[in-house]
Amino acid sequence: MGDKLSQQQRDYEVQMVKIFAGYGCENCNYFLDDMEKLYSVDLAPWVPVVGLEIHAQISSNSKLFSGSQVQFAAAPNSLVSFFDASLPGTLPVLNRRCVEAAVMTGLALNCSINKRSLFDRKHYFYADLPAGYQITQQRVPIAVNGSLSYSLCIDNKMSQMVTKTVRIKQIQLEQDSGKSLHDDTRNQTLVDLNRAGRLGLFSCFLEPDMCCGEEAAAAVRELQLILQTLGSSQAVMAEGQLRVDANVSVHHPGEHYGVRTEVKNINSLRFLAKAVDYEIQRQIEELENGGTILNETRAFDSKLGCTVPMRDKEGKQDYRFMPEPNLPPLILYDAKSLPANMNHQQVVNVDWIHERLPDLPSVKRAKLVERYGILPEHSFTLLNEDGLTEFFENVVKQTQMKPKKVIGWILNDLLSYLKQHSLIVKESPVSSFLLADLLNLLEKKEISSTAAKQVLAELWKGEGKTPFEIVKEKKLELIQDQKELEQICQAVIDGQENEVMAIKAGNQKVLNKLIGLVQRETQGRSNPVLVKQLLEKKLSE
Amino acid sequence: QKATVEVLDHLEHLALVDFRDAEGVERLQKAIQFAEQLHEVNTDGVEPMDSVLEDRCLYLREDDVTEGNCTNELLKNAREKVEEYFVAPPGNIPLPKLEERETFLQGS
Repeated sequence: MGDKLSQQQRDYEVQMVKIFAGYGCENCNYFLDDMEKLYSVDLAPWVPVVGLEIHAQISSNSKLFSGSQVQFAAAPNSLVSFFDASLPGTLPVLNRRCVEAAVMTGLALNCSINKRSLFDRKHYFYADLPAGYQITQQRVPIAVNGSLSYSLCIDNKMSQMVTKTVRIKQIQLEQDSGKSLHDDTRNQTLVDLNRAGRLGLFSCFLEPDMCCGEEAAAAVRELQLILQTLGSSQAVMAEGQLRVDANVSVHHPGEHYGVRTEVKNINSLRFLAKAVDYEIQRQIEELENGGTILNETRAFDSKLGCTVPMRDKEGKQDYRFMPEPNLPPLILYDAKSLPANMNHQQVVNVDWIHERLPDLPSVKRAKLVERYGILPEHSFTLLNEDGLTEFFENVVKQTQMKPKKVIGWILNDLLSYLKQHSLIVKESPVSSFLLADLLNLLEKKEISSTAAKQVLAELWKGEGKTPFEIVKEKKLELIQDQKELEQICQAVIDGQENEVMAIKAGNQKVLNKLIGLVQRETQGRSNPVLVKQLLEKKLSE
Repeated sequence: QKATVEVLDHLEHLALVDFRDAEGVERLQKAIQFAEQLHEVNTDGVEPMDSVLEDRCLYLREDDVTEGNCTNELLKNAREKVEEYFVAPPGNIPLPKLEERETFLQGS
């Protein structure tokens, strides 16, 4: 009794501190760690704060300000015009498609679209920035004040999901710089300007509403899905189409935000979570040991799993922002303000774009749940794997099995096979047609579910056999002959006197043992439901 | 506003200009004074104008590929190249600190 009270007391105190702290997500270990410390040493908990700066390459044929082609991995400096190389006398000309992509993204992220936005120059020196400045939209960007909702699993259990929102400060169109290859052996840098002058980038600034690596990664993942659904960016991190810089700081609850560091060189969602968590931990340790945090830029070293100070980025940069003199304000229109006599091609109508927005991931998930009766967490997994939703829907179309049962086969069996063999859905040796065929056999009770799993394993080999052929080959059909089953049941009953007595005495659980024995006799080819019925009938005689 | 040594040093770092002598600094000082006269104008409630183009329409280009593919021409201007890359020093070489570099500003 005494133990229970003190446990309750502990729980209550933990709750109070959490409420007092007011921040953090259910997954953060920071508070639990701090609880421990709280009981041994009297330390206040730390509140980590994470903001993100996301750069997404716009999906377009040509660049943001020039007519050079946009293409991944082309010969160095082959996709560079005179403007991209910053030769004197060249001028930027804005690409309409990039404007539309930015508006679509702004609308999808609940932003206010600025009907009048401006371009600025951001000055700094670097070998891959030949002009010495980058054209961006710092003062009045194209979209502001939006929000991004994303979901997290609590305690890594898919069954408990919580929705979080992060505010979006602004979305701006800006030029990408070129690419530098550092040649340390010859102490030089090789510069390829193919990427220069490119898109946009939309830089998307997420307010510091997140508190740990997992939240940051989940938010970016959702943004990735949204961008891919809109088609405004392919957002593949590995190809550099989506780059994320994290701003991290820690402070005590109730106090001002701490000094923040910027973490760059993050190449995947997994590394994003690691980098953020490492940096939070580093800052907490530094501060607890009486040190201070420098407002610096650090790079994430994926091999060592830590952040290190970056060279070439000493101290605070003064970018000397100034208006871009070569570009007048960007004016967008809506249904009301549409000018009568303007060239159609020069008009970007925000309302027109809004009407044509595709279903966003959150809407798609809700529709899947409603239409097929699957669980929300299932819809997450379906959308998370490229092509899986389509596969699932195709199977459902071709089978009588209820979607609620089909989803189990998709998520537990098919997906785990794919993961084990590092395949994407498109590469699956088992097509939706074959799987539907198999599930039909199961649904018609021609095979047991154990047998179905065996057939799936065979299908996986991709030898071109149909489920029906495999069933025949391996003799996996369920015994349909009632008499044969009855005989086997009787034989089992006759051989298990003790168990029979136990059942007759009222112990129903022992029945399962008899069912198991029948299954063994029939080598798994008996329908357990039918067997149970037969046994019960016989035992009651 | 006086152009202090700190400001001049900061400018030399940022813009890589070189205030070579007293005359250069004096010229800058005069330019600042000249521009400061603008503060005498009352601009309450007036939107700043950054360009006389502000009423012009920003021309939007169609998303077509119309240029590029001139690697050789571009590389002709480069002093150093490796295969088809421009060659640059390994990183930014920051201007040495005021105390450590030869500049007129040291004396002031």
